[in-house]
Amino acid sequence: MALRAVGFALPLAILTAWVLARSRFPGRSVLNAVVHLPLVLPPVVTGWLLLILFGVRGPIGALLHDWFGIRLVFTTAGATLACAVMVFPVMVRSVRLSLEAADLGLEQAARTLGAGRLDRLFNVTLPLASPGILVGAIVAYATCLGEFGAVITFAANIPGETQTLPLAIYAAIQVPGGEAKAAQLSLVSLTLALVGLLASEWAGRRLNAALGR
Amino acid sequence: MNLSVELRHHFPAIDIAIEFSVPSPGVTVLFGPSGSGKSTVIAAAAGLLRPDQCRIAIGGDMLADTRAGIWLPPERRRVGLVFQDSRLFPHMSVSNNLVFGMRRTREREIDFDEIVELLGIHALLSRHPNTLSGGERQRVAIGRALLRQPQLLLMDEPLASLDTARKSEILPYLARLKTMLRLPVLYVTHSLDELAQLADSVVLIEAGSVVAAGPVAEISARADLPLARRDDAGAVLICRVAAHDATRQLTRLSCGPATLWVPQADLPEGTLLRVRVPAREVILARGEVDLLKDALSLHNVLPGTVRAIAADPDHRATLVEVALGGGSVLSRVTPDAIARLALAPGTRVSALIKSMSVEILGGARGSRPVAT
Repeated sequence: MALRAVGFALPLAILTAWVLARSRFPGRSVLNAVVHLPLVLPPVVTGWLLLILFGVRGPIGALLHDWFGIRLVFTTAGATLACAVMVFPVMVRSVRLSLEAADLGLEQAARTLGAGRLDRLFNVTLPLASPGILVGAIVAYATCLGEFGAVITFAANIPGETQTLPLAIYAAIQVPGGEAKAAQLSLVSLTLALVGLLASEWAGRRLNAALGR
Repeated sequence: MNLSVELRHHFPAIDIAIEFSVPSPGVTVLFGPSGSGKSTVIAAAAGLLRPDQCRIAIGGDMLADTRAGIWLPPERRRVGLVFQDSRLFPHMSVSNNLVFGMRRTREREIDFDEIVELLGIHALLSRHPNTLSGGERQRVAIGRALLRQPQLLLMDEPLASLDTARKSEILPYLARLKTMLRLPVLYVTHSLDELAQLADSVVLIEAGSVVAAGPVAEISARADLPLARRDDAGAVLICRVAAHDATRQLTRLSCGPATLWVPQADLPEGTLLRVRVPAREVILARGEVDLLKDALSLHNVLPGTVRAIAADPDHRATLVEVALGGGSVLSRVTPDAIARLALAPGTRVSALIKSMSVEILGGARGSRPVAT
């Protein structure tokens, strides 16, 4: 689920980051604010907003349900969506930072060598920003595993379907004698978080070395 | 054919109005202080900066004409640009850098193997840019720009970020390149050395406008230009190796009707070459002078006419341009000498030049690029 969430959100995050980093247009700061909203809103509010929009009777959810028979609320797909929305700002930020750090001079050079806009994006800009993109994706994946508020509000807490680690831990604590299970799961969570952070460090360094920096 | 450039642009700090027309093919050096507008010409020609008004034509081929609404973005122009800081793509090998521009055009006038051979970068092809020295990087950047198959090559201070040793490593490659290219080159530099070695034409730019433009031999000998007031001022002469005198270890050069003796040079007879005669090394004598063969160490006495005289207050000196018939030399003498010899434009004089003072410019062979 976390993998799918990152997989879906990443291309969109790259596009958004590129637009935010490279273009100036009216409404740019509004877009920036909307992208960052899930970062500052209480996750429960984000989940509630998703419920309103994507619920079976919500404006988008109704369309999806009536036309394609897709129901997001209280399903794995719903949990994925909630996760993707929550980690989106994390990814956009990380990608945008590396795009802004990328040398504009190299893009100019690519232009004089005949590379158009998309050609430059795929052959120069993105490869140069790849460390930031990868780090963003890994951190997003780890964050997604630990998503709580938005998922429980939008997709509920269904074991094996929409249950993330913190949700499982929460559920375990509610049951008498569940402390041992909660401790085990917390340990798993801690390990995953640490591995995620270390992996992103390592990957970033490896890629930077490959780029000769 | 001519390369003609006309450009007007308003910057908050400076108004630029530059206009010149130079022979093409050939290397045109844009020379002048920083911020005078040289790089604006380069950026406009590349399409990276759109000036208020701009017209660039090579022969009848219009590269840009804002008044007629012709303005192509850089990626749709066939213009090669070599930046001061090479700007190689760090995530690609040298050979992928080289073919980046070539893959994006259908033209195949300039051959990959030929360029690799000419720039001596064959051994670098599989390496990555971050493992190259500054000089190697710049050679690859030049190759990459040329393989773009440009109609016009732009070089924006390509050697400025290199130390003297690296510069002299690259200059011969540039000089060799010059003889095979059949396209116009605009070359920005602050270095008189690069100007003397590479320029066919010179455009002097100051404070946003052209001070003077013309062939290098003519511009480098003008007494009234800022170029002449530099410490290292000197005229460039285009000469041909006439004969070698092995017993005396001398080489005779003919520069138009003038003859110059220089220390023996390892160049075949008939070779075209450039020499530079530093202004401070030229002694002037009034009228015709007989060379006192057994009393003076001097080899060169060149008869000529004073064409122009200009003050050089920084050196407490006066600059004299002497026309030799084929070319001109520049002489820096004291104002006192001018008064004693009563020199004025039109005066017949002789220019006395030690053979040891004549700088033979390495590798730069032709006055004009030779078609391949």
